[in-house]
Amino acid sequence: MQNSSFAKRILGQDRNILQLLVITVLVFALMSYLNPDKFLRYYNFESITYIMPELGILAIAMMIAMLTGGIDLSVVGIANLAGILAGVFFHSVIVGTSQSTGMVLLYTGIGVLMALAIGLLAGVLNGFLISKLRITPILATLGTGQIFTGLAVVLTGGPAIVGFPDAWNFIGNGKILGIATPFILFVIVAGAVAVLLTRTTLGVNLMLIGTNPRAAIFAGLRKDRMIFYSYMMTGLLAAIAGIILSGRTNAAKSDYGASYLLQAILIAVLGGTNPAGGKGRVLGVSIALIALMLLSSGFQILRFSNHLIDFIWGGFLLLVIALNAFRNSDR
Amino acid sequence: MTLFRRSEFIIACILFAAMIIIGLINPAFWSLDNLFGLLRSNVIIGIMALGVLVVMISGGIDVSFTAFAAAAMYLTIKLMIYIGYEGVFLPFVAATLIGLFLGAFNAFFIHTFRMIPLIVTLGTGSVVRGLLLGLVGTSVINIDKMPQQLIAFAKTDLVSLTSATGTNFGLTAMILIYLGLALATHLFLRHTMAGRSIFALGGAPEAASRVGFNTRRTLFFVYCFAGALAGFAGLLHGSMIWLANPRDFAGLELDVIAAVVLGGASIFGGRGSVIGTLLGVFMLVMVKNSLIIMKVDTTWQRVVVGLIIIVATALTAWRDRKKLV
Repeated sequence: MQNSSFAKRILGQDRNILQLLVITVLVFALMSYLNPDKFLRYYNFESITYIMPELGILAIAMMIAMLTGGIDLSVVGIANLAGILAGVFFHSVIVGTSQSTGMVLLYTGIGVLMALAIGLLAGVLNGFLISKLRITPILATLGTGQIFTGLAVVLTGGPAIVGFPDAWNFIGNGKILGIATPFILFVIVAGAVAVLLTRTTLGVNLMLIGTNPRAAIFAGLRKDRMIFYSYMMTGLLAAIAGIILSGRTNAAKSDYGASYLLQAILIAVLGGTNPAGGKGRVLGVSIALIALMLLSSGFQILRFSNHLIDFIWGGFLLLVIALNAFRNSDR
Repeated sequence: MTLFRRSEFIIACILFAAMIIIGLINPAFWSLDNLFGLLRSNVIIGIMALGVLVVMISGGIDVSFTAFAAAAMYLTIKLMIYIGYEGVFLPFVAATLIGLFLGAFNAFFIHTFRMIPLIVTLGTGSVVRGLLLGLVGTSVINIDKMPQQLIAFAKTDLVSLTSATGTNFGLTAMILIYLGLALATHLFLRHTMAGRSIFALGGAPEAASRVGFNTRRTLFFVYCFAGALAGFAGLLHGSMIWLANPRDFAGLELDVIAAVVLGGASIFGGRGSVIGTLLGVFMLVMVKNSLIIMKVDTTWQRVVVGLIIIVATALTAWRDRKKLV
């Protein structure tokens, strides 16, 4: 009895999490069955822990925007702009001169701060357009996404920026105690967001606003301000994803990760986030992320082309929509 | 009605002001060559925009139609080459039907599962593009393999002139197809019961179904219409540029949506007009194409499109501000 109530608390009386776990196990079993010798290798799982974090952080960012019934279509633009801005900065200060490791570390720190600042600034712009000018999130972030990507094109002139300092690449490629640095970052970010959403006024307010915006206003919640903060958070998270992405690939380009937008939305929705607002958990998003990473790595081992993997992502999204609809019709 | 007139009037004024400014910066803007080129660039985006307009009036949004356009174009032309068919009419019917069929999928998912159109169409777009590129192929069909009659058809000019430098240019007759479709859409939206039901659905879905509109049928019609127009526009695009590239139209959905919003349609539904959309499309195409003759670096194009979307949506949001809590 004690045991089941504990499990219930972890699952948050949420059948969605259970369904996700079942899907994950099924995907895992299917992929192990289809390619037994290649899929079940340590190397495969290790490479997943490198690729997963950037997408996971984008999905969590998307979930935060969806909590209030919004959406952020500019996350990929923000991520690329953050990476590119840092890259441009490194090129202007480091090129040609051989500097001591101390200086390089300092510059890397400044680069990280710049990237985070541009993410926050982008979030402020989104938040301003959505909460103050009352532009629909879809159109506002569609427009700002174009602006961010456009600025990235202007900064680079088109080609990728390469040659980041080693300390920057460590963020995306390194290992701490045998665990991938980006994965550690992901766990920290996910944990922080989970605490923020469930244990603070901001998080609870966001849920309430998403559940019923009108009632939230009548209850005296500062709706505009809360929505503003949520987009700032989204922008900041997108910038973190951008840092990891450019660190992992040692390059930043204006059109990197174009398919990440669909994937981030898919993971957020699959993770039980209600795009109409009011519902979303970091735990759900994280499990959905793992399920989809297993799926795509499995198909990659099976030598499916990237286009077909895009097809599978889209098909999975539609399938999840249908599944959720069936589950909700029970009640 | 007066409000509708007014917002279109404002768009027209802004458009003329912009034309005068661009003309002052570079008088080459007013050359017939440039104007004909602008009108030609309107055709494809414009036809797609008519479909998106109808979807937006119904309160939805569609980001999958560019994938449908690419699929309709590529499949039709591949099939024509495979069976060695030469002709114009039937291929366009086929492309339109492919688009219509794919649009029905959107409607099915949106209606049956009550899911947000943006997310459904993101999914269907990705599915269609993934299948097209993954299974059908990624190779571009070049002019030497393209069906010659299609090219000849799209080459038809309304007016043919010779410029001072001796090169020939003309106003494409495709503009007539675009304007004809626009007129048909306008008459349909304004003067038929089915057209009014789209406005009713977009204005208040619950009220629309209570007064007896078949909202399911309206929803299916709207997404099929957008898909059909996209399919038609896709094949026309291939015929006009003399090649079929299955990767074409990627990202064009943003331009089309921007043009429709610029034309005064509301994303909340229930608002929008064909005349506004025509003006919005012309404005967007003009600004994008004129960056070059205004000597602005082309890398700024996306920033400008983004700014246009923000400004246009901010204006419509300001216009609709009383409706929001």
